[in-house]
Amino acid sequence: MLAFKEVLLSVPIAAITKNFGMCVLALCLGFFSARTHLLWVATTGFYLYKKGINVMTDNVDRSKRRLLLAATTAAGGVAAAGVATPFVLSFMPSERAKAAGAPVEVDISAIAPGTMKVIEWQGKPVWVVRRTPEMLSLLSKHESELTDPTCSVPQQPEYCQNANRSIKPEIFVAIGICTHLGCSPSFRPEVAPADLGANWGGGWFCPCHGSRFDLAARVYQGSPAPTNLIIPPHQYLSDNLLLIGDDKKKGVA
Amino acid sequence: MKLLNNFVGWVDDRFPLLDTWKEHLSEYYAPKNFNFWYFFGSLSLLVLVIQIVSGIFLTMSYKPDALLAFASVEYIMRDVQWGWLLRYVHSTGASMFFVVVYLHMFRGMIYGSYRKPRELLWIIGVVIYLALMAEAFMGYLLPWGQMSFWGAQVIVNLFSSVPFIGNDLSVLIRGDYVISDATLNRFFALHVAAIPLVLAGIVFVHIVALHKVGSNNPDGIEIKKNKGADGHPLDGIPFHPYYTVKDIVAVVVFLIIFCAIVFFSPDMGGYFLEANNFIPANPMQTPAHISPVWYFTPYYAILRAVPPMFGSQFPGVIAMGIGAIAVVFLPWLDRGKVKSVRYRGPIYKLFLASFVISFVGLGYLGMMPVTPTYTLMSRVLSVVYFAFFILMPWYTKIDKCKPEPDRVTFK
Amino acid sequence: MILIKKLSMMVLLMLVPALVLANEGGVHLDKAPGNLNDQASLQRGAQFFTANCLACHSANYMRYNRLLDIGMSEDEIKKMLPEGSKLGSTMKAMMDAESAKTAFGVAPPDLSVEARARGVDWVYTYLRSFYTDSNRPSGVNNLVFPGVGMPNILAAYQGEQALQVENHDGHEVKMLKLVNPGSMTAAQYDATVGDLVNYLDFMSEPAKLVRHKLGYIVIGFLFLLLILTYALKKEFWKDIH
Repeated sequence: MLAFKEVLLSVPIAAITKNFGMCVLALCLGFFSARTHLLWVATTGFYLYKKGINVMTDNVDRSKRRLLLAATTAAGGVAAAGVATPFVLSFMPSERAKAAGAPVEVDISAIAPGTMKVIEWQGKPVWVVRRTPEMLSLLSKHESELTDPTCSVPQQPEYCQNANRSIKPEIFVAIGICTHLGCSPSFRPEVAPADLGANWGGGWFCPCHGSRFDLAARVYQGSPAPTNLIIPPHQYLSDNLLLIGDDKKKGVA
Repeated sequence: MKLLNNFVGWVDDRFPLLDTWKEHLSEYYAPKNFNFWYFFGSLSLLVLVIQIVSGIFLTMSYKPDALLAFASVEYIMRDVQWGWLLRYVHSTGASMFFVVVYLHMFRGMIYGSYRKPRELLWIIGVVIYLALMAEAFMGYLLPWGQMSFWGAQVIVNLFSSVPFIGNDLSVLIRGDYVISDATLNRFFALHVAAIPLVLAGIVFVHIVALHKVGSNNPDGIEIKKNKGADGHPLDGIPFHPYYTVKDIVAVVVFLIIFCAIVFFSPDMGGYFLEANNFIPANPMQTPAHISPVWYFTPYYAILRAVPPMFGSQFPGVIAMGIGAIAVVFLPWLDRGKVKSVRYRGPIYKLFLASFVISFVGLGYLGMMPVTPTYTLMSRVLSVVYFAFFILMPWYTKIDKCKPEPDRVTFK
Repeated sequence: MILIKKLSMMVLLMLVPALVLANEGGVHLDKAPGNLNDQASLQRGAQFFTANCLACHSANYMRYNRLLDIGMSEDEIKKMLPEGSKLGSTMKAMMDAESAKTAFGVAPPDLSVEARARGVDWVYTYLRSFYTDSNRPSGVNNLVFPGVGMPNILAAYQGEQALQVENHDGHEVKMLKLVNPGSMTAAQYDATVGDLVNYLDFMSEPAKLVRHKLGYIVIGFLFLLLILTYALKKEFWKDIH
């Protein structure tokens, strides 16, 4: 079958072009369109053939024609992928968005024990809390009521998959966006307030749909939110200087 | 594979897939003697697609607001990933659109493609051309540079020369007393939604009309007069695959030129992108020398060539307007016995040559500042330009034509 | 191939007016010695620009991290950053637009695309054509920009120039003569301005660096496609007699 060969021929080229880097997604798109075109031509051609309409004249060198057709279509597929690449990539964050979403430095020296500072990173609220020893001791008390007390779902970098969900036990960092539908939960550090019940050991309460999180932003059972809140990549540039958004590079402005 | 075949069959039972394929591609019989000039129809279609796709992507980052427009274009040029490429493709496409459309129209003129039975096809084509000019004019305002602003200011002010209603008309077009945010916003709406819809619609109608009457050819004779036993024209060949493979070669050559401009000279020496347009629009200061983009300059030169009469610029505006649509009358002006320039006599060829010279010459003069010599030249060339049309019923009739062949010339 | 011949003729025809249209009258402009592939020159220009021009002018569309494109390192760029700016910040003027307008009569223009709007030769000549003119409030005037609002802050480097009008066969020829040398020699100053203009050229269109390189690849590929499609066309058209 003519089409099958053509499709096969275009595959190694797909493999080669991937090595050129650029964008695999765009390449796939380009090849997808090229192959869809091929299949379309092939099926339509076959259909026409069955209906007794021969689109090709006889007594010509069909193999040469097929080879040329395959080669042109494959090259056309590469061209299509090349054209698709800038169009698809133009959907990626612009330099302005990247500049706004660049890693943020936070001076944590001014955060008093038991209070929270909200900073903006990539347009999202990021919480930085200095937890008191009492707060930390409460964390282990209610583990049986949590959906995922051991943080098995990777909602945090590996270095925060521990009992306190943090690098330094007292400093806690999390993205303040509810994993349910994207609201920002409110900070309720007090223990057993009237509206949240006697079992409340401090944490966050989402006003939109009532999701509850403890002071390590782990979700309580029975909340609509399915998972714990996300902890962004972060690192300490010095004792009191926290960098949010980047955990690999050393020293970023 | 079988599944796909079944699927195509299933669709064909419910939609004229096979019939459309046959009627417009595999069994659309086109004359086999198409030459170089016959590429520009498909190339125009290609540029239309390029403009629509690149335009849609630009719309995603552009801001139609007098305070933000200029900055948003620079945002596209610098901050949007590959935005510079999208913009250069669109700006180059605008000029290249006119290159291919002018060549496409010229093809119709030299081979008599406007003659019976293709008059309506020709008229639809002229409507496309007018829509294209409107599209280009409104799009040119969007970068909100000095040339955008003052070009639009001058052109819209032309409408104010219309007797009695002129001033109200130009205010209506602008939505303000000068070109302003309101103008920018409405031009944006017309440029990205209204006119493209119209363009796509009439281009479709243009192709439907073409396939009804069949293509003309460089010999200007009807291939339908000589049909074979199978009912197909003897000098016709199926559009697909023969002209699809041929047009693809032209497409690649065109893309080479197109990419050479996009990558190496997107300004095209100031013809495609003007230096003054990199200065934000300033309603308080007109640039020293302004002229329209190259594709409008022949008509602009005609406008400037006509002196004000009865204290009004209106006659010049009328002359410019007639100059732009003059080609629409060709089907009824041409009295020649033959269609193609190949079999026309020397008088027609002389007039055709003078027409080309006048059009190119006016295009050049339209870009130049006004001097007495240039004005005189513009007047002479305007007369030559209009003489081609006005005298056509006379000179095509008295011209000595060569006999047309019975069958098309091939190889 | 006739087709290619005709198409190339078309392109040539389109280029003719471009060659005819030259600089319309005015002052003779010196050719800027720019070379966008010369990273050292671009970097010197960038240093000079941020240290001097940004005092009054802005480059609001230019981000500091774009300087990575001309081979500067993040650390080098960080040393150039003003207080409160990040790598991704745009280049703001030190002086705010309002007080600049009060001081100079006009707001200093944003320089992001100035080289594109004016042309590199104009900028190169302009920056070297200031002369003392006591009739102007700033005390200076400029040959290519008469009545200029900008004070000649570059006088410290270039020195002060005076206008000399000489009569050559009835033609007035305006010449500038150095009357009071600055910290640089004429050659040093020209080279410095050359670097600056080179940088301004880069800044007016950072994509130009990529554009040319990509262009060769794309067009090369298209020629390959041309060979294939042309062979395909030839093959199919064997049917037609």
